[in-house]
Amino acid sequence: MYGRGLRSLSIASLVLVTGAFALVFFYAPNEADQGFVQKIFYLHVPLAIVALCGFVAGGVYAIRYLRTGDRAHDLRSYVAIHLSLIFGVGVLATGAIWAKASWGAWWVWDEPTLVSFLIVFLLFACYQPLRFSIDDPERQARYAAVFAIIGGAFVPLNFLAVRLAESLIHPRVLSTTGGAMPGEMRMTFLISLIAIVCLFVTLWKYELASKHASMRLRALKRALAGDDAAGPLARTAAPTQL
Amino acid sequence: MSTVGALVRKDLQLELRTRESVPSMFLFSLSTFVLFRFGLDRETLAGDLASGVLWVTLLFAAVLGMNRLFVAEREEGGFDAFLLAPVDRTALFVAKAAVLFGFLVAVEIAAIPAFAVLLLGPSPAQALPELLPVLLLADAGIAIIGTLVGALAIQTRARDLIVPLISLPLILPVVIAAGHATAPLFAEAGAEALPGRWLGVLGLYDLVFGLLALAVFDFLLED
Amino acid sequence: MAPAIELEDVGRAYGERTALAGVTLTLEPGRTLAVFGANGAGKTTLLRILATLLRPHAGRARVLGRDLPADGWAVRGRIGLLAHDPLLYRELSARENLRFHARLHSVDEARVEALLDRVGLLARGDEPVRTLSRGMAQRVAICRATLHEPELLLLDEPLANLDPGAADAVAPLIGRNAGPARVVVSHDVEHGLDEADVVLGLRRGRAEIVAARGDVAEADVRALYGSAVRA
Repeated sequence: MYGRGLRSLSIASLVLVTGAFALVFFYAPNEADQGFVQKIFYLHVPLAIVALCGFVAGGVYAIRYLRTGDRAHDLRSYVAIHLSLIFGVGVLATGAIWAKASWGAWWVWDEPTLVSFLIVFLLFACYQPLRFSIDDPERQARYAAVFAIIGGAFVPLNFLAVRLAESLIHPRVLSTTGGAMPGEMRMTFLISLIAIVCLFVTLWKYELASKHASMRLRALKRALAGDDAAGPLARTAAPTQL
Repeated sequence: MSTVGALVRKDLQLELRTRESVPSMFLFSLSTFVLFRFGLDRETLAGDLASGVLWVTLLFAAVLGMNRLFVAEREEGGFDAFLLAPVDRTALFVAKAAVLFGFLVAVEIAAIPAFAVLLLGPSPAQALPELLPVLLLADAGIAIIGTLVGALAIQTRARDLIVPLISLPLILPVVIAAGHATAPLFAEAGAEALPGRWLGVLGLYDLVFGLLALAVFDFLLED
Repeated sequence: MAPAIELEDVGRAYGERTALAGVTLTLEPGRTLAVFGANGAGKTTLLRILATLLRPHAGRARVLGRDLPADGWAVRGRIGLLAHDPLLYRELSARENLRFHARLHSVDEARVEALLDRVGLLARGDEPVRTLSRGMAQRVAICRATLHEPELLLLDEPLANLDPGAADAVAPLIGRNAGPARVVVSHDVEHGLDEADVVLGLRRGRAEIVAARGDVAEADVRALYGSAVRA
C-alpha cells in the first residue's frame, strides 16, 4: 500500500534533480550583482519553501489524526515534520554559505525569511524530543498532534511578525516570487522547485513504506510467535503502531 | 463561567497559601535585571535596549510561572477530579490562562518600577498609559501559549525542559512585537508615540492562538 | 431501569501490552460488583474506563444507560470515584477542597458541612489536608466521592487506612446498603465476597471469573493471587 509508485517517483526525482542542477550550472545566467554564488538560491529557496510546506502539512495531518483517530495520519504527520527538519538543516546551511559568500559573514539578520525560518526550525526541533519524552504511544501521538497543529499555525504568524520587524530598515534582498527575474532564471527556479518537491515526496513515501513495513513485521512476529518474540520496544519518538 | 470562577478561585487560594509562583517570578526578574547590568556592562538603558531587556526578563519570569501552573494538579492527582466533573473541559484552559495572566500582571506591578529604578534611564512616568495596552496584550499572548505548553508538558518526563524549549520560539513574535512597541516609549529624549501597528500584531496573535488553544485543549486532557 | 453497567468484550491496550481484554458483564442498579486480581491484572484500568477517564479500545461499554466514550459527558456527574489517590489539594483544607468540588458539581455547600459531620471531621475541617493522617484524608476523599450523590460508586480499596470506627461511619455513604450501584476493588477476599452480588476475577487483563456470588467459591478467588509470581 505504501510502496506503490515508488520506483517511478524515484526515477522522476533523479531526472528532475539532475536536470535542475544542469540548468543551474549551464543555463541560468550569472546574476549581475552577486555573480556565481547567487546560484545557491536555486537550491536554498526551494528547500525552504518545501520545508515550510512540509511543516504545515504535518499540522494538517495532525488535525486529521485528531479527528479520525487513525494512526496512519499520525505517521504521515511525523514523517512530514521529520523530513522537513532535515530539509531545514539544508536551508540553514545553504543560507549560511550564501551569506558568507555574499557578505563575508556566516549569518546575517537582514533576510527576514531566513530569520523566520530559523525560529520555525527551533520550534519544530522540539517535536521529536517531545514525542520521545512521552511513553504511552497513544498519548504520544495525541500530544504530538496538538504540537504540530500549534506549530503549523505558528508558521504564518511568525513570518508576519519578523517581516514587519525587518522590512522597515532592510529592503528584501531575495525575491522568491520571480517578479523581477528574467525568463531563464524563472524557468530554472521553477524546475528546481519541482525537483525538490518531487524529492521530498519520494523520501516521504520511502520513509512511510519503511516504517509501515517494520510495524507490520513486528506485529506479525508477535502474532505468530507470541508477545515475547519480537523483544521489548525501545523508547522511540517515531510511531510504532498503526 | 462559574466553573472558570471556581477553578480560578481555587488556584488563587493555593497561591496565597503557598506563595510559590508570584514571589519567585518577581525575585527572578530582579536577579535578571542585575545580570543584565553586568552582562551588558551598562548602568542605564534607554530605547530599544531597555525595551529588549524588559521583555526578555518578563519572558523568563513567565517561563517560571508556566512550569508551576499545572504542578498542583499533577502532584495531587487533581486532573482526575476535574475530569470527573460535569463541566466544560475548556473551562480549565480559560481558568489557567487567566491565572497565569494574573500572575504576570502581579509581577509586572512590582517589576516595572524596579526596572525603572535599577536600569531605566528616562523616567517611565510619561510612558505609562501607553505601556499598559502593550503589557496587557503581550501578557495575554504569553498566558495563552504558557497554558498550552504547560498542559502539554505535564504528561512528559522532561517537563522542566520541554516548557522553555517549546515556549520560547512560540512567544518570540510576542517579544518582537512588544519590544518594538515599547522601544520608542523608553526613548532617551522622552517618550515618543507608540507605533500602533505592533498592537495590531499582538492582537492578531492573541486572537489566533486563543482560538486555536480553545480548539485543541480538550485533546490534551482526554485519554 | 437500565443496568448500571453493561460491558461487552471490553478491552484496552497500553502500547503493545494488553491491559484489559474480553471483559463482559452486567451490573444491575443498586448491586455490588467485587473485582479481584493481582497487581497489574487490570483492575485500575477497568475502574478508570467505567469512570469515563479512559476510552475503551475494544468492545462496547455502557454506564448508566449511556455508551462510552461518546456519551461519557452525560454520565460524568452521576459517577463517584474513590481512587488510590485521594484527589485532594494538600495545601488546602478539607472544607476548601470539598467546597471546590461542590462548586464544580453544582452542589449546595451545606452538604459539605453535613458530610464532614458524618465522617467526624468537622473540627479539623480547616486544617490543610497534608496535616491529616491517611485515614482522615481517606475520609475526606470519601466525602468528595459522594458529595454529588452519584448513582454509581467506583471504589478502589475504600476501607484501606480506616479504623473500624471510621469504617462504620462511612458505611451509610459507600456501603452495601448506601443505595448506588457499586464496583469495589478489594484485596480482602472474605469481606469483598460477603458484600458482592457479582464477582469479577482478573488475571493479566483477562476475566478469569465472571459469575454471580452464589456460583463462586472463595478458593477460586484466592487462586487468582496464588500463582501471580509465575513469569
